[in-house]
Amino acid sequence: MTERVTVAIVGSGPAGLTAAIYAARAELSPVVIEGEPSSTSDQPGGQLMLTTEIENFPGFVEGIMGPELMGNFRAQAERFGASFRMTKVNRVDLGHRPFALWTADNRGDEPTYLADALIVATGARSLLLGVDGELQLIGHGVSTCATCDGFFFRGQDIAVVGGGDSALEEALFLTKFARSVTIIHRRDQLRASKIMQARAFSNDKVSFLWNRVVSSLKSEGGTLVAIEVTDVVTGERSEIPMGGLFVAIGHAPNTDVFKGQLEMDDSGYIATRPGTTLTSVEGVFAAGDVQDHRYRQAITAAGSGCQAALDLEHFLAAEAHGAGE
Amino acid sequence: MGVKIIELDDRNFDEQIKSSEVPVLVDFWAEWCGPCKMIAPILEEIAQEREGEIAIGKVNVDESLQVARRFEIMSIPTLMLFKEGEPVKRVIGAMPKRALLRELEPALKG
Repeated sequence: MTERVTVAIVGSGPAGLTAAIYAARAELSPVVIEGEPSSTSDQPGGQLMLTTEIENFPGFVEGIMGPELMGNFRAQAERFGASFRMTKVNRVDLGHRPFALWTADNRGDEPTYLADALIVATGARSLLLGVDGELQLIGHGVSTCATCDGFFFRGQDIAVVGGGDSALEEALFLTKFARSVTIIHRRDQLRASKIMQARAFSNDKVSFLWNRVVSSLKSEGGTLVAIEVTDVVTGERSEIPMGGLFVAIGHAPNTDVFKGQLEMDDSGYIATRPGTTLTSVEGVFAAGDVQDHRYRQAITAAGSGCQAALDLEHFLAAEAHGAGE
Repeated sequence: MGVKIIELDDRNFDEQIKSSEVPVLVDFWAEWCGPCKMIAPILEEIAQEREGEIAIGKVNVDESLQVARRFEIMSIPTLMLFKEGEPVKRVIGAMPKRALLRELEPALKG
């Protein structure tokens, strides 16, 4: 059975849920298609569900846990009348209005929703290394979630791949459990913020392998035992015994279902008209990391979620006004 | 109201698993794990819907390190299905209900 809605919001991270709060308060009864449970960052609540303490979200003097913050966002949206569906959108037709959305829990041919307007806030997901055996070793020494798995690497030597804030954050978190944490980065300097760099450089358990990439994984009995790293300058390879490998090498936007329907940049991020959340399709708005690879913060995602709801409200009001003339 | 979820720990694990008349799906979890929180309501649903066919047990890995170590848990949530006291299936990571049931179904039937 197809449900007719005014506003559908795809995604439930800071952008989607802030859009839901604003749209609900504008009495647009938004439906949030919040995603599916997973142990990757592509899940209801988004990337913050895999973090611990958030120290830079304004208003929380002592910081707040990521999952708790997202629980608060969701409860606030629900309070004003947003409704939720825990599934993924796996097909859309944005060719004409109302826009049609199909979800993974829908076995029929008819769309799950027909929506007058749409906010895309599907975010970005963590990238994997793409080396042989990586997927099979997830949960057996390879991890994309330090907060989920760090606990099990007590007293071990482990490595974190990446040079951004999330890599350093994971590395510092892991020092609570591990004997040593080696940060492997393909360049000779970090892109992380100064404060995170200072913390990492001053931590005795943290060391760095510069200009190296992980080129293969060695396992015994189905569990990671060592990694091979390659020096990107000299091409030299070396094997390092390692009980755990945490991958934090960056993100890719979750835009596959919108390919060919919304304009995107070369990396697959949705193109928006500068200073707004308007996409190439009238009535479709994009907010958060799905259209932003520059800032990628919870607060900027929330801010653009607010913009999307206001842009959408304005769009519907202008249309209603036009129709009445 | 509701079907009872079996609280398992280092002391009662073996006894509870062996004495169960139906297969037990054991959820290794912890308070600090976001994906664990997401899968918890799904397990409660399965416990309700499949009552008499499958039981759900929970191991808090913070409190029951020995069991977690014995089954070489390295990532949570990890779900393990025990039939007649023996582990028959392991599923790592949170996933939607239908995907989880699809993973478990062959082991439940076999």
